Amino acid sequence: MDYRNTLTTCTYCGCGCNLFLESLDGKLTHTTPCKTSPVNEGKLCIKGWNVHQFVQSEKRLNKPLLRKDGKLTEVSWDEALDFTVSKLKEIKEANGSDSVGFFASAKVTNEENYLMQKFARAAIGTNSVDHCARL
Amino acid sequence: MIDIVRQKISKLLSDGSVKGVVALAMANGHVAPCLFQKEDDLEPLCLGDTKKPGDARYPLNKVLITIARQYPEDVFGVLVRGCDERGLYVLYRLNQLEPDKVMTIGIACPQELAKACECKKPYPDELVAGEKTEGITQQGVQDMEDMDLSKRFSFWKNQFSKCVKCYGCRDICPMCFCRECSLECEDIISKGELPVDIPVFHLTRAMHMTDRCIDCGLCDETCPSGIPLRLLYKKTSKIMNAEFGFTSGINKNEQSPLNLMGPAPEK
Ligand code: SF4
Ligand code: SF4
Ligand code: SF4
Repeated sequence: MDYRNTLTTCTYCGCGCNLFLESLDGKLTHTTPCKTSPVNEGKLCIKGWNVHQFVQSEKRLNKPLLRKDGKLTEVSWDEALDFTVSKLKEIKEANGSDSVGFFASAKVTNEENYLMQKFARAAIGTNSVDHCARL
Repeated sequence: MIDIVRQKISKLLSDGSVKGVVALAMANGHVAPCLFQKEDDLEPLCLGDTKKPGDARYPLNKVLITIARQYPEDVFGVLVRGCDERGLYVLYRLNQLEPDKVMTIGIACPQELAKACECKKPYPDELVAGEKTEGITQQGVQDMEDMDLSKRFSFWKNQFSKCVKCYGCRDICPMCFCRECSLECEDIISKGELPVDIPVFHLTRAMHMTDRCIDCGLCDETCPSGIPLRLLYKKTSKIMNAEFGFTSGINKNEQSPLNLMGPAPEK
């Protein structure tokens, strides 16, 4: 019997509400807002309250898909990344660095967002960086 | 007080009366519900008091239901305040938990918390630690009733209009366990739309809580819009009491008047 409440941060937006992911024997069962968190003081929005659901959703994409002959096909991470790298290079060479834009996300960590803008500026050479909250 | 609670839990675990005890633990600087399974692991135990008494309470009965559904044969202990014990009585009545599979570790609430809760019975029947304090008369509902009708109407309309439909009041409630919830029935409540259906959303919930709400106040505390939900449910509970002499969870084996057919029971 393995019952846990894991303290974590909601991935839905940049507010950073703290919540507990409740699990029983390795399966997520509930989300509970953290009362002692100074950020959300025991409150959440509807997305936060249901954050445990998408993790185990059957509809969740957990392997990369590549469009081959017009059809989305499961591929390995290596193949997906190699394809992305070659395409990015191709576009950059043909049309210049500013032909590529980057969308960061409120759903990832600060560090990941930092890495992405670094990649945009240092590897591709563009400052066209924006984030999903403006969409 | 916490030492007495710790001793009690330790005893229940060591003599094998329970498989585990649902209580609160302090970890990473935060209070969280926890299932204690070993008597040597009781160091982080806490009672949910941080800056003020009872300010980090969680719906432990809800946790217990989750675990008991998975392990129906085992007996579990649970830390209870007055309201939690009332909750257990109602959950037994509604067949969500079995009384012979639950052992309580009851603690009394201090006067300060009882006042803040306007609590009728700030202690459990089976008390393990803490001093019993007097129940508090429910002034909040009285003040509301003294308000002029049109003022009262606009007060609640304004309050309800603040709702962001997070469903937190339902999700935190230890007495909400239905697999299908009326608040998700699209014939009554629109899906994915704001503003919320006024007053249907809040009154539907209030109606459904009439014989279930045990006045713990967790909904009130989790409402991001600061809607005085507890006050609303205190009012329905007052009506139940006036009409049927019934207060949810006050007597262990009491049936809900809403489940009885025939003439109203004697008050
Ligand atoms: S409702 Fe009563 S028993 Fe529950 S926390 Fe408040 S004072 Fe304590
Ligand atoms: S006070 Fe709120 S959270 Fe507590 S039982 Fe009543 S409706 Fe549920
Ligand atoms: S907790 Fe408050 S805001 Fe959220 S659904 Fe309930 S009443 Fe509305």
